[in-house]
Amino acid sequence: MKLIVAIVRPEQANEVLEALFRAEVRGLTVSRVQGHGGELERVETYRGTTVKMELQDKVRFEIGVSNHFVEPTVRAIMSSARTGEVGDGKIFVLPVERVHRIRTGEVDEGAVTPLVESE
Amino acid sequence: MVLLPQAGAPAEMSAPDTVWMLVATALVLLMTPALGFFYGGLVRAKNALNTMMMSVAALGVAGIVWALLGYSLAFAEGNGFIGGTGYALLRGVGLETRGTIPHLLFMAYQGTFAIITAALISGAIVERKRFGPYLVFIALWTLGVYAPVAHWVWGGGWLGRLGVLDYAGGTVVHVNAGAAALIAAILIRPRKDYARQAILPHNVPYAILGASLLWFGWFGFNGGSALGVNHGAVLAFVNTMLAPAATLLAWMLIDLARTNRTTAVGAATGIVVGLVAITPAAGFVSPRAAMAIGALAAVPSYFGILWRSRTRLDDSLDVVAAHGLGGATGALLTGVFATAAAGGTDGLLAGNPRQVLIQALGIAAAMVYSGVATAILLKVIGLAMPLRSQGRDEAIGMDITQHGEEAYTHGEGAVLVVQGTTSENQP
Repeated sequence: MKLIVAIVRPEQANEVLEALFRAEVRGLTVSRVQGHGGELERVETYRGTTVKMELQDKVRFEIGVSNHFVEPTVRAIMSSARTGEVGDGKIFVLPVERVHRIRTGEVDEGAVTPLVESE
Repeated sequence: MVLLPQAGAPAEMSAPDTVWMLVATALVLLMTPALGFFYGGLVRAKNALNTMMMSVAALGVAGIVWALLGYSLAFAEGNGFIGGTGYALLRGVGLETRGTIPHLLFMAYQGTFAIITAALISGAIVERKRFGPYLVFIALWTLGVYAPVAHWVWGGGWLGRLGVLDYAGGTVVHVNAGAAALIAAILIRPRKDYARQAILPHNVPYAILGASLLWFGWFGFNGGSALGVNHGAVLAFVNTMLAPAATLLAWMLIDLARTNRTTAVGAATGIVVGLVAITPAAGFVSPRAAMAIGALAAVPSYFGILWRSRTRLDDSLDVVAAHGLGGATGALLTGVFATAAAGGTDGLLAGNPRQVLIQALGIAAAMVYSGVATAILLKVIGLAMPLRSQGRDEAIGMDITQHGEEAYTHGEGAVLVVQGTTSENQP
């Protein structure tokens, strides 16, 4: 059981979502975040005030998966989020101590297995 | 527009007429930033500023081009196709009267029409057109397309002499901009995301604000086209209230019948379509006819938008359906409902079916000329500079890539650059 955290470009987020659905990954959480990952700063000007934008908008996917789903999920994100330029983002795979599905009280593998497969 | 005696036949200046036209000019000028809000609300957040700037910049570009040369090409003495250069650089355009108002005011009032017509086209090419080539395009388009077509109908040109009825610009403004928008959308090609992912309006309240301010300004557009305080002005003004109301109602009913819900974006669009449709008829038809025109005009535009969104034609904000189709419908219906008693020529219902043909000819002439000339202008500009964004710029968004600004900044992570230092010469 792993938690996959992926930080991707906002403009790629739709493609990532489609790729994940194609890979039959159904449970996920998405949030808009800001971060810095070594890309060139953008310069913006507002009425004579020039600023460097050190933080870029990104989209963070959080996906809890059972072990055999880790590789397909990573592959799906990797192929859909990549543009080849600095700033494409990162994928982190973290160990998970325990998962509860709130509705049923299922624990661990049962809680991260999509319903269509368990029934 | 009421055809005016040429400047050679001076009349007494009328104070009430002048006051109304001063107000009407300001009202029409407001329509262009209003259009910016309407269009800006309908695009994605990353393109909001660029889209609004396409309208705002037209105030500068088309406004100046109009004063320097465009006005002369439209309204100075010339031939049937184009005016001369007699009024270039505003020579001879002063406080003497043209009709019953100062010539200078007439020039300014007409300028506000040129500005919004250029800005209308931008809706077809948002979210990918580069800003520099856009500015070059609207400057040349104002001179090469708007001015001649305005001359044909209002400046003593061949369509006006033929008897085409166009009270405030159904053909000159809306059919003209609609045809240019169609060609521009085709030549500049669809957005990368078009038909691949849902592209949603980022701020529907802005679209409603824009439509509302357009309606407000349109009282000057149609009411002012009487060029004075008279029966025509009152009729056009009232019709500008009633026709869009009918379109709005019809639009909501079609929405309701199709999907069981009325939509806000639909309501805003319906208002604009109604305003467009009554424009050519405003001072030529009775208020009852205006309501009929408004209600009828909802149908082609509504289904035009539905049909367009299933094609590869990325006329992003439906300029063709709202302005091209709406303008053409209004111009044709002007030929149906106009009466001499209301102020125009008798139309079909008053026993003169020929007027419908004359109207159709006016529409066709404006469409063909505007389409061909727009294609030539874009091809020529395209030789000198790329027309649309390159590489990743479109994905990042036009606000950042074209203007170096964002519509909705949070300020986190923004580091002040002190004047004179750049990132290169810092340690």
